[in-house]
Amino acid sequence: MSAATPSVRLPRLDRTGSVAFHRVLLSEWTKLRSVRSTKWSLGVGFLLTVAFPIAFSFATSSHWGSMSPQDRADRHPLDIALVGVNVAQLAIAVLGVLLISAEYSTGSIRSTFTAVPKRLLVLWAKLIDYSVVSLALMVPAVLVSFFSSQAILGRHDILQISFTQHGVARSVLGGALYVMLVGIFALAIGAIVRNTAGGIAAFAGIFFVLPPLMFVLPTSWNNAISQYLPSDAGRQLFSLHHASHSLRPLTGGLVFAAYCAAAIVIAAALLVRRDV
Amino acid sequence: MIEARDLTKDYGSKRAVDGLSFTVRPGLVTGFLGPNGSGKSTTMRLILGLDAPTRGDVTVNGSHYREHTAPLHEVGALLEARSVHTGRSAHNHLLALAQTHGIPKRRVSELIDLVGLHEVARKRSGKFSLGMGQRLGIAQALLGDPKTVMLDEPVNGLDPEGIHWMRNLLKGLAAEGRTVFVSSHLMSEMALTADHLIVIGRGKLIADTSVDDFVSRASQKVVVVRSPELESLRAALAGPDVSFEPAERGALEVHGLTAEQVGDAAAAAGIVLHELTPRQASLEEAFMNLTRDEVEFAAELQEVVA
Repeated sequence: MSAATPSVRLPRLDRTGSVAFHRVLLSEWTKLRSVRSTKWSLGVGFLLTVAFPIAFSFATSSHWGSMSPQDRADRHPLDIALVGVNVAQLAIAVLGVLLISAEYSTGSIRSTFTAVPKRLLVLWAKLIDYSVVSLALMVPAVLVSFFSSQAILGRHDILQISFTQHGVARSVLGGALYVMLVGIFALAIGAIVRNTAGGIAAFAGIFFVLPPLMFVLPTSWNNAISQYLPSDAGRQLFSLHHASHSLRPLTGGLVFAAYCAAAIVIAAALLVRRDV
Repeated sequence: MIEARDLTKDYGSKRAVDGLSFTVRPGLVTGFLGPNGSGKSTTMRLILGLDAPTRGDVTVNGSHYREHTAPLHEVGALLEARSVHTGRSAHNHLLALAQTHGIPKRRVSELIDLVGLHEVARKRSGKFSLGMGQRLGIAQALLGDPKTVMLDEPVNGLDPEGIHWMRNLLKGLAAEGRTVFVSSHLMSEMALTADHLIVIGRGKLIADTSVDDFVSRASQKVVVVRSPELESLRAALAGPDVSFEPAERGALEVHGLTAEQVGDAAAAAGIVLHELTPRQASLEEAFMNLTRDEVEFAAELQEVVA
């Protein structure tokens, strides 16, 4: 920038294109990879998924000799392998909320919607990019946690289970699918609430506060209702055994997916109508 | 070309923009002038389709903003400073916007160089000074080589060198036949840059005029005279377009005549003058006179006093 230059000329742009969905996908991918919160949340998500099963496997094998038959019977290798999923979902949910709420808090949403005035394209692109990224992260994470926990437990010849046994592969990969859906749900919540703290609070309320509240209800009500909560329904995706008063894996997964779809529909309707 | 027809926007019970109709033409720099809080930024958000109007309509280059298939080639906008993710670098911010239109990466570098942000392009933009943030916003506005350029308070936070650069840029863009629409609350800045003025106050249109007209209206003739025979002088100068106001230390302000006319009339009547001073109202004063009644703060102050 020099005052000596008598006039400033804007270089012409030789090639012009228009907004297209694949371009918005690429743009949202650039945005996703270019902030620190992405690297942190994904890193923490992976670490939590893997670290908890490894720690639990070590703890279980070292205490196995002193455990009662009842305690031993309560231990299940898949529960150990997927214990981290319950914790990692929080990291993925926080990032899901942030991906849209941070656009509102920083004001970058105005730049985004100025470049892409057909706002729904932005929402679809964010959802697809984040689903792909979270699934690509979580599939290796659950595989690593399954095989490493099995290897650790295998040194003591305890709690062995084969990946090819009926329902095992579905449960392990179901853990990754569950976390991906959690990310989608959280992103939709972020788009509805448009505020980071509010979005995370709403997510935590639905996933961590609502389920224990159900125990206040009469048992028959609790049994009837709880299985349809997003968290309980979704969790069936990575449960090996079908417990009473819970949905089947496929049904549970579909119920959770329906919650995600409903949240997306609300988010989309509000996104189109509201001022930014 | 920007065309607004009866554009109105309410936020709750507060009317931010009130029945605005105006046209911003290509090939000129049009200044959008008004006190802070007069509705300039709201109007710009309405133009970009970020907010929906309560009533009325606005189009850019013939279509509603949302209907353009390549909006960045139609309109380049600099909004109020905060429209960048603070955790993202200038380069990645511009790249993400460019990618929505398939604009090549080298265009991003080209604009970063144009606005002089080369050194800091890879740093988090949250660390930017106000001036650097403005330059990034200007690079963003020009990214798509747009037919219409719309800048909200672009000289905010720029140093004198940057302001000079901005003036040249805006004039250059208009000379290329683009529509240039620039908001400001500083009349003096607009007088140097703009060809045409749209003045608003409390959301309403106050003036839609060329800068030359505005300046000639502003620099209406005012002459300060001092004389031992003021009464006879008043009689000698009296006319349909002439008015008088007392000035300090017994002097008289004559409105509607030039210093030459006052001097000639005094000499013809044989009246002694002790002072004869032509005075020009500054553009800033003219702007303030024009918008005085419309400044919200003044209105509220009156309510408090009353």
